[in-house]
Amino acid sequence: MSHVKEGAHGILWEVFIQSKPGIPHKHAGNVHAHDAEQALTNARDVYTRRMEGVSIWVIPANLVTASAGEDSDAFFDPAEDKVYRHPTFYTVPEGVKYL
Amino acid sequence: MEEQEKLARFQERIDSGQKIEPKDWMPERYRKQLTRMISQHAHSEIVGMLPEGNWITRAPSLRRKVALLAKVQDEAGHGLYLYSAVETLGVTREDVINEYLEGRAKYSSIFNYPTLTWADIGAIGWLVDGAAIINQTMLARGSYGPYSRAMVRICKEESFHNRQGYEIIYTLAQGTPEQKQMAQDALNRWWQPAIQMVGPPDDNSPNSAETMRWQIKVESNDVIRQRFIDRTVPQAHAAGLTIPDDQLKFNEETGHWETGPIDWDEFWRVVKGNGPCNRQRIQDRINAEREGQWVLDAAAAYAKKQGKKQLTLTE
Repeated sequence: MSHVKEGAHGILWEVFIQSKPGIPHKHAGNVHAHDAEQALTNARDVYTRRMEGVSIWVIPANLVTASAGEDSDAFFDPAEDKVYRHPTFYTVPEGVKYL
Repeated sequence: MEEQEKLARFQERIDSGQKIEPKDWMPERYRKQLTRMISQHAHSEIVGMLPEGNWITRAPSLRRKVALLAKVQDEAGHGLYLYSAVETLGVTREDVINEYLEGRAKYSSIFNYPTLTWADIGAIGWLVDGAAIINQTMLARGSYGPYSRAMVRICKEESFHNRQGYEIIYTLAQGTPEQKQMAQDALNRWWQPAIQMVGPPDDNSPNSAETMRWQIKVESNDVIRQRFIDRTVPQAHAAGLTIPDDQLKFNEETGHWETGPIDWDEFWRVVKGNGPCNRQRIQDRINAEREGQWVLDAAAAYAKKQGKKQLTLTE
């Protein structure tokens, strides 16, 4: 018989941490927990022992849909040939300011 | 043929310094080697809490006690980062923990030595964490994204471990003759295990060729060990301690410290399960899982009950 039963540590949660007020939450890693509240306290203990955060989001990992790494070239292809989306594509006459 | 092409492309990605991410194609052997290495590494962090936990209640001052508590708590966190990293390879946390508790997985052999005196806590932070940092700084440059990112985090946190250990040893070494003797005795016992802990010599390291080709490891065991020795010998001297090796000498030409023979028979004996504490370490972990089971059960039951309540609220 195995010592630890499958699923004994709960489900997997992805952890996002905001390191300072006003900036976006950033993926920090993940934790196991049985519910959201426990996931939050586990995330606090695992990822913010040195004041690394002022806010934490947790989300069940199985609710995250990710683009496939291998097909990423094709997936992001639509943006590849659209240089006109950048300001440097446009010419500004000499001496014209604030453009 | 297609497999051959994939393999060639994979090697190209590695050689060009790209990180491999969990959903990318990878050779089965790469996945296996990483699963083995990361789970061993995770077990080592967790088992490493045992010899140090042994001294928390007997730390000589409050300052030492809070530091040791924080260090042991860090080790638990490091174990978790690594269990998370290994799960990205398609194994479950429960599986890898069971492999370890059933004696089918290895962990760092150094934790099979006992902590007999307070000075041993200093020796662990100074020597064991010192060697670990050098090894992990190298692993942080490795090719597998999740492992390399876990290493970056761990290295950041571990430099405090290294300093707190050295502070303990240094303080003892400047103390009464008995205290100095205690520090020297700890160094005498931990030196050989510490220089062995980054792994066997390159010509007798069964996994090295493969793990280096795939840049899971980017420097060899011999290189890492030598770096550790070169950094540590002057630190011992600064504390007025003697490295227990009468053949130790500084080579002016190479700029390296050269040691006498390293006791690899001892290393393999402990790896194979016959060190002073191997059985006790596994038994303690089995007991911890068993005695902590009610906490997990309670958390699961509570979550289930809360889940039901939340459902009724939204209805």
